[in-house]
Amino acid sequence: MDASALKTSAKGVVVENVNLSYGATHVLKDINLEIHPGEFFAFLGPSGCGKTTLLRLIAGFNIAQTGRVLVGGEDIGALPPWKRDVGMVFQSYALWPHMSVAQNVAFGLEERKVARAEIERRVATALEVVGLSHLAQRRPSQLSGGQQQRVALARTIVVEPKVLLLDEPLSNLDARMRVEVRRELRDLQQRLGITTIFVTHDQEEANTICDRIAVMKDGVIQQVGTPMELYEHPANLFVAGFLGTANILEGKIKREGEAASFELTDGTRVTLQNAATAAEGARLVFRPQYAAIGLRGFATGGVVALPGTIVHREFLGATVRYAVKLGAQEALVDAPFRSGGELLEIGADVDVAIAPERLQFLAG
Amino acid sequence: MTLAATTTALKPPLSFGRAALALLCFALLLIFLIVPVATVIYVAFKDPQSGALTLVNFADFFRNDLFMRSLTNSIWVSAMSVVLATLFAMPLAYITMRFEFRGAILIQTLGVLPLIMPPFAGAVAMQLLFGRNGSVNLLLGDWFDINIPFMEGLNGVIFLQAIHYFPFILLNVSASLANIDRSMEEAAQNLGSSGFRLFRRIVFPLAMPGYIAGASLVFIKVFDDLATPLLLNVKEMLAPQAYLRITSVGIADPMGYVICVVLIAVSLGSMYAATFATRGRDYATTQRGGGGLARRPMKGRDTIVAWAVILFILALVLAPQIGLALLSFATVWSFSPLPDGYTFAHYVRVFGDSWGYISNTLLYSTLAGVIAVIVGSLIAYLVQRSDVRGRMWLDYIAMSALAVPGVVIGIGYLRTFYNVPLPNGQALATFWFTIVIALAIRRLPYALRASTASLQQISPQLEEAAENLGANKRRVARRILLPLMSGGMLAGFITAFATASVELSATMMLVQSSADAPLAYGLYVFMQSPAGRGPGAALGVIAVLIVGACTFVSHLLASREGAGAAAH
Repeated sequence: MDASALKTSAKGVVVENVNLSYGATHVLKDINLEIHPGEFFAFLGPSGCGKTTLLRLIAGFNIAQTGRVLVGGEDIGALPPWKRDVGMVFQSYALWPHMSVAQNVAFGLEERKVARAEIERRVATALEVVGLSHLAQRRPSQLSGGQQQRVALARTIVVEPKVLLLDEPLSNLDARMRVEVRRELRDLQQRLGITTIFVTHDQEEANTICDRIAVMKDGVIQQVGTPMELYEHPANLFVAGFLGTANILEGKIKREGEAASFELTDGTRVTLQNAATAAEGARLVFRPQYAAIGLRGFATGGVVALPGTIVHREFLGATVRYAVKLGAQEALVDAPFRSGGELLEIGADVDVAIAPERLQFLAG
Repeated sequence: MTLAATTTALKPPLSFGRAALALLCFALLLIFLIVPVATVIYVAFKDPQSGALTLVNFADFFRNDLFMRSLTNSIWVSAMSVVLATLFAMPLAYITMRFEFRGAILIQTLGVLPLIMPPFAGAVAMQLLFGRNGSVNLLLGDWFDINIPFMEGLNGVIFLQAIHYFPFILLNVSASLANIDRSMEEAAQNLGSSGFRLFRRIVFPLAMPGYIAGASLVFIKVFDDLATPLLLNVKEMLAPQAYLRITSVGIADPMGYVICVVLIAVSLGSMYAATFATRGRDYATTQRGGGGLARRPMKGRDTIVAWAVILFILALVLAPQIGLALLSFATVWSFSPLPDGYTFAHYVRVFGDSWGYISNTLLYSTLAGVIAVIVGSLIAYLVQRSDVRGRMWLDYIAMSALAVPGVVIGIGYLRTFYNVPLPNGQALATFWFTIVIALAIRRLPYALRASTASLQQISPQLEEAAENLGANKRRVARRILLPLMSGGMLAGFITAFATASVELSATMMLVQSSADAPLAYGLYVFMQSPAGRGPGAALGVIAVLIVGACTFVSHLLASREGAGAAAH
């Protein structure tokens, strides 16, 4: 059956000036967000950053001290959870053990006083969409983790909610299932066209399935953008470090008239145009795969060369990762591995060469 | 020499000592549990004249109108007590476990208080508060000109039993609710459910296993109880009939034994039904990454309604304690809402004349507690840590004492030990130490479960490490297990002590002279006459204080244990 049988008109979500505290703990600070209709959006951040609190706020399980939440242009702040019509899939799935799979899925429709025949039709459709029609009469405890997750999803989408909220839906699955299910989730979301918010601490999950991501830390949204934007142009050190691996080098900005340069702690100077506009206390950031490595003096003009010594080497398959000591600091460089190619030895004096446009100055 | 030592070490470790311990435990259970109960059952099936096995006694039982009435009355009273206890327990459990409610801990504590008072102790106080001419009906008569028969006949038994035993439901349902992950309810709310529908469709079904466990316990306890109906002068119930048969017709009359068999059968039947009903329904849903227990905030009007409900229930269930306290200080109290005057005379009298009741209670309960804990931990040790063949049977037999009503133990001891003379010519059945053993056997299942639980928490690796460093089994038990189990054993002792100090069902049959009688029996004797009410109430207050203090101490121990475990 076609998933479009459950298709709803997509609604946007707007969060305005939201602040939320538990006692003295300020959990969400001045949150402003606009999630477009039909978008697959992620709240990404380490545990304790407030991402789940924000999701539960949209579902109505948390109450903010200030601010508004709008779904489809309508302020839902005053509505209790059972009147919000935003479907949530819980991290633990929260399948009721005293009901069969079909009864679990039918629950929301029964609460909405849908006619019996209509309930049966829609439950059948929802179970078919997630591929579990044959397990309708089972108890949740008789299902595997992946199947339970799909029941939880069916139970939520069957009521055709305005927005779909997913709270770390993949965290209770094993690694192989996770890759499979995240693809299914993305496909299903595309077929339903439903606005979806996905909470995760795993940047790979967010990158692979979401249209846009809000990176959060300590209750503050650090940056909002597509996965590529966040990776290529992180707004600060936290975003740079949280998405992928980044070298972050300390140093001081030296201004000499018009020109400015960045002096690393070992004394190496990097002269750059954008150093002049960098904030005080900013650090030099680049990704390991954007640097080249070779014996001292290999680099030719137009690149920034940082002299150092190899202290560690890891073979990762497609690449070889070198750890290079730059004075008291260390940087990682990924060099592509070619069959028959020679590896640099530990202890070798090398240059780390980076194109100027790949270097960024970021503050914390 | 070296060779010899090696050869010995290769043999399996000598477990003669533990086999002997197992035999000793088995002998105890045989003499003081199996034989008395088997005797009761045997006599029930024996023709009193010819001595042949027969069903004629049961036929007589089922043909007798009085016994049939008693049976239906017992079932009715037990069932209605469960219903009433549910009405008391459910709102308290749900409100305190599911809402941010100031005073939730206080309410839970007060809610368990009735359990520590023997139900019969409050019987007379409840007559004075809720009886035909009790405080409540006097006031209702003045205000609305109505009289509600709270305490008439079976109603009184139902009312008192529900008040006494509802904490079993409260505790079990609260524990069940604590194990339900909050996402279970949030998922339902997210899908549009709220209020009573949410409770009916999600919360109650998930708390069902706890509810059934609590409800079946209430049913069995009420069905088996002897003292409460007797004190309310309700004789047409099964347990009182058994008692009256034995005490008035004599221990040769088979009907008392037949009633005992019926009591055991109903106990076993209810236990089986409860197990069957909860099979495969372990709904504990607290999960990793789950939110655990959610307490929702309560809004204005709801808070007022909730407080009104809670205060009403607490006033009802604490009425026996309050009434008893009033009565113990009252000069005269009849036909008036409150006593005419107050005095300490009853306490003076109790501590003067009736000190024997109190000292007997302290002696019996201490001994019974010690015996129950020692035997309980021995059996737990043998079952968990030895390879003695058939050790599981020790556990099964000791636990089966749960299904044996107190009155059955009492009658069984009377019948079995009446003809066993002590060296001084006294019958074993009338020796005071027999009461102690009866109390200990009745407490054994609880002590055994507590010991088993604390043993299971001790990793066998701790013992293996000691053995590896050269300690033999006995040294390991003494130096590793005993210190680690001591907290659990002490808590087990205190619980056994507290419950033994207010037990009456079994002791009622065995007390032969008031010199040997414990406090609960003295209370019963006092309450028989209007003049004895004051001193009886004073004794009751003392019993409540003893049990209350014990409960407090065991809570302290438990929290210290908990804190200790958390620190590791």
